[in-house]
Amino acid sequence: MAEAISVVKDGDVVMIGGFGSSGIPLELIEALRRHGPKDLTIISNNAGVAEEGIASLLRDGMVRKVVCSFPRSRGSVWLQRRFREGSIEFELVPQGTLGERIRAAGAGLAAFYTPTAYGTRLAEGKETRLFNGRGYVMETALHADVALIRGEKGDAWGNLTYNTAGRNFNPSMAMAARITIAEVKQIVEVGDLDPESVVTPGIFVDTVVLQEGLINATA
Amino acid sequence: MQRLDTEGMARRVAQDIPDGAYVNLGIGMPTQVANYVSGDRHVIYHSENGILGVGPAPAPGEENPDLINAGKQFVTLLPGGCYFDNADSFAMMRGGHLDIAVLGAFQVSSTGDLASWATNDLSEPPAVGGAMDLAVGARRLYVLMKHCTRDGEPKILTECEYPLTGKGVVDRIYTDLAVLEVTPRGLQVLELVAGNTLAEVQAVTGTRLLPPPA
Repeated sequence: MAEAISVVKDGDVVMIGGFGSSGIPLELIEALRRHGPKDLTIISNNAGVAEEGIASLLRDGMVRKVVCSFPRSRGSVWLQRRFREGSIEFELVPQGTLGERIRAAGAGLAAFYTPTAYGTRLAEGKETRLFNGRGYVMETALHADVALIRGEKGDAWGNLTYNTAGRNFNPSMAMAARITIAEVKQIVEVGDLDPESVVTPGIFVDTVVLQEGLINATA
Repeated sequence: MQRLDTEGMARRVAQDIPDGAYVNLGIGMPTQVANYVSGDRHVIYHSENGILGVGPAPAPGEENPDLINAGKQFVTLLPGGCYFDNADSFAMMRGGHLDIAVLGAFQVSSTGDLASWATNDLSEPPAVGGAMDLAVGARRLYVLMKHCTRDGEPKILTECEYPLTGKGVVDRIYTDLAVLEVTPRGLQVLELVAGNTLAEVQAVTGTRLLPPPA
C-alpha cells in the first residue's frame, strides 16, 4: 500500500471515493497521510469526520484546496477549522454536478449544461444558456492526478465489484484520474469474478491493493 | 393557534404519497414521512447515495457499514431494491424520473423559490449536498417545514432572503399550520390545520395567501 501511494506528489489533485462513512478507501487515505505530500487538492463528496479519513489530511496540513458538496457532516471539525483560519481554498459543488463533472472527465467530455443551480449563487460567474426555454449552467470536467477508491473484490486486471451503497463516487472517479488505486477487501484470480457483476472494468484501474489492517477500517 | 407536531406534519405529507411512487425524502424531518405511509401503498424510496428500495433501519448488530442513507443512518434494502453509482443516482433526479421529493427549507417564496442550503452566515463552510439537483429534477417538490422560525419570524415570504437552492421549484408547502400550493396566481391555501382561521395563518406569513377553494 505504501508503494502504491508513493505515486502521489506535492501539488497533486487527488479524488477520494466515498459518501459519508460508506465506500471510503480509509486505508489508502492513511497510507497517503503517512506518505505526507503537501499542497494537495482533494476532491470528494464530504470532508471527513473527527480525525478520520480526509479530516486527518486536513489536520496534518497536507491540503491546499477542497472540492466537495457536503463538508458539514456532524464532527467535520478539521474542515471547519481550516476554513475559518483561511488556510485552504474551498469549492462547493452540488453533489450531482460534482459527480457529473467527474464522469465527464472520465468520458472525454470538456463540459456539459445542467439545470442544477441555475439562478443560484453557485452559478455566479458561470456561462448559462437557455434550452427550450429552461435555464442551464455550463460546468466543466474535473480531472485528477490520482483517484483513491474502494471496491469489495478486485482482480489483477483491476476489475472491481462493490458492496451495496459503497460504490457511490468510486466508479466515476476510477475513470477520471491519470492513476487509479483501488483498495479492496478481497483479491481474486483473474477470471473468478462473474463478468456480469463487474461494475468497474479493469481498464480504469491501475493498481489494486488489499486492505492490510493499517487502521481499524470499516468491516 | 393549533399546531401539528413533527409526527402530525410527517403524517400529513404521508397521506399525499401515492401508491407506486418513486420518492426521495430529504434528511431530517422529511425522512420520518416514510414511517406513516399507509402499508397498503407500495412506495419506492430513493437515496441519493445510490439506493432504490430503501428499507427500515436494521436490527442492532445487523448493520452494514456501507449501507447507509443520505442522512448517514444505517438502512436496509427491500426486496426488489437495487444499488447504483452517483452518476446514475443523479441522472434519476435531473432526468425527471423521481415522482416526488420532500425537502426541508429555511424559506420558501410565493413563486416557489426554495432556500434550504445556506444562511447569510459566512463563517462556516457552506454545504449543499444533493438539494439543488433534487430541486430541479423531481417532478413534484414538496417542502415540509415549520411555518415560522423559532423566533416566530415567517419562513414563507414574497422573496427569499437566504441564498436560493432553486428558482420556482416548489410545488407544495406542508407546515404545522397549513398546506399551501404554489400556483401561477400565488400561494393558495389548500387546507388549514383544524381550528385555525385564514386570518391567523396569514398573520404569520410573509406574503399574501389566496383563500382555500370553496
